[in-house]
Amino acid sequence: MQHTSTQDTLVGLFVASGIAGLFFLALQVSNLSSFTEHDSYTVTARFENSGGLKVKSAVSSAGVKIGQVKAISFDPKSYESVVEMSIDKRYSTLPDDTTASVYTAGLLGEQYVNLDAGGSDEYLKDGGKIDVTNSAIILEKALGQFLFKSAAEEKK
Amino acid sequence: MIEFLQNLGKNTRTSFTKLGRGTIFLLQATSGIVNVLPRPRLLLNQMYSIGVLSFLIITISGLFVGMVLGLQGYYILSDFGAEETLGVMVAASLVRELGPVVTALLFAGRAGSALTAEIGLMKATEQLSGMEMMAVDPIKRIISPRFLAGFLSMPLLAALFSAVGVIGGQMVGSGLLGVDEGAYWSQMRANIDFQDDIVNGVIKSIVFGFVASWIALFEGYDAIPTSEGVSRATTRTVVNSAFSILGLDFILTALMFGD
Repeated sequence: MQHTSTQDTLVGLFVASGIAGLFFLALQVSNLSSFTEHDSYTVTARFENSGGLKVKSAVSSAGVKIGQVKAISFDPKSYESVVEMSIDKRYSTLPDDTTASVYTAGLLGEQYVNLDAGGSDEYLKDGGKIDVTNSAIILEKALGQFLFKSAAEEKK
Repeated sequence: MIEFLQNLGKNTRTSFTKLGRGTIFLLQATSGIVNVLPRPRLLLNQMYSIGVLSFLIITISGLFVGMVLGLQGYYILSDFGAEETLGVMVAASLVRELGPVVTALLFAGRAGSALTAEIGLMKATEQLSGMEMMAVDPIKRIISPRFLAGFLSMPLLAALFSAVGVIGGQMVGSGLLGVDEGAYWSQMRANIDFQDDIVNGVIKSIVFGFVASWIALFEGYDAIPTSEGVSRATTRTVVNSAFSILGLDFILTALMFGD
């Protein structure tokens, strides 16, 4: 009888450690704990060009991550990119004249949306729109312009 | 020429017959699971011999695989000045691929071969026929508990393997090589997705556990009841499990991770 009860304990320990491993993976390794969609509100911004922005890209303000990109779609009428962002409820005091820009983290890093708070007294509400936007800087385009410009200067 | 054609036909027919027997066996074993639930003792004994006894080999292998990933990843990533992303590399490769696949291969070698040998010997010593004589269905009594224990243990073992591996990678990466510990964890957390990476990894390990236990039990049950037959069946278990696991891994990866 002694033998079976140690066996039971060992099986119990095994199952518990397996489940603990799963929890460790879920909470420590993945992004499950960092951001949940339940306590967030949605705002949309229209960009002339959203560059390499992807769903789940970060939305940050003053360098701190406050939300993530929920959906990106193309508006066939205005030819703009419509970016839907979900922002953490804790940061519900963004003014409604906030500027949204697509930046790149480092020279080769991921692209993210940066929100610069404006000075308005009105706050952005759920489903609100950000009117002032700056497009992503496309590296090839900027390089092309630079090369074209320097070639033109050499000709003079 | 005629002989060749005859053999070809015979072999094709034998392998299809075997596949058919295997499928029927799988259905019987799965339906027998219902009979295991009122007798948890049977399941517990098998969880012990399949899960608990594989615990040590899985955790130690996981630790070393994680440590090797930490070393190799560091050498490659430091060429690009991206040592901080070591955590992402270690965790992604473990959770997506190495965790489920290496665990399943070790599982086939450690637990699968033991299952085949055990059941093959039961058959060779006519214990299975003895049970039938006593009106005890050997599939319900012997096979189903092992089957259930096999695919319950696999995801737990794979999760352990990945978790221990991530810790091993961190030990080597930030303990030995000087990657910032905060960057290791925060980069990992920012880039590993719960749905896409972890849940898919768990699904993979459940599928592998299912297939590996099925092959092991069927080869044992289908073995020629002689000592040579049992030894051949054990070899076939390891070989066939490895093939099926790696082949299935390709299919599952293509289905899961293609954007």
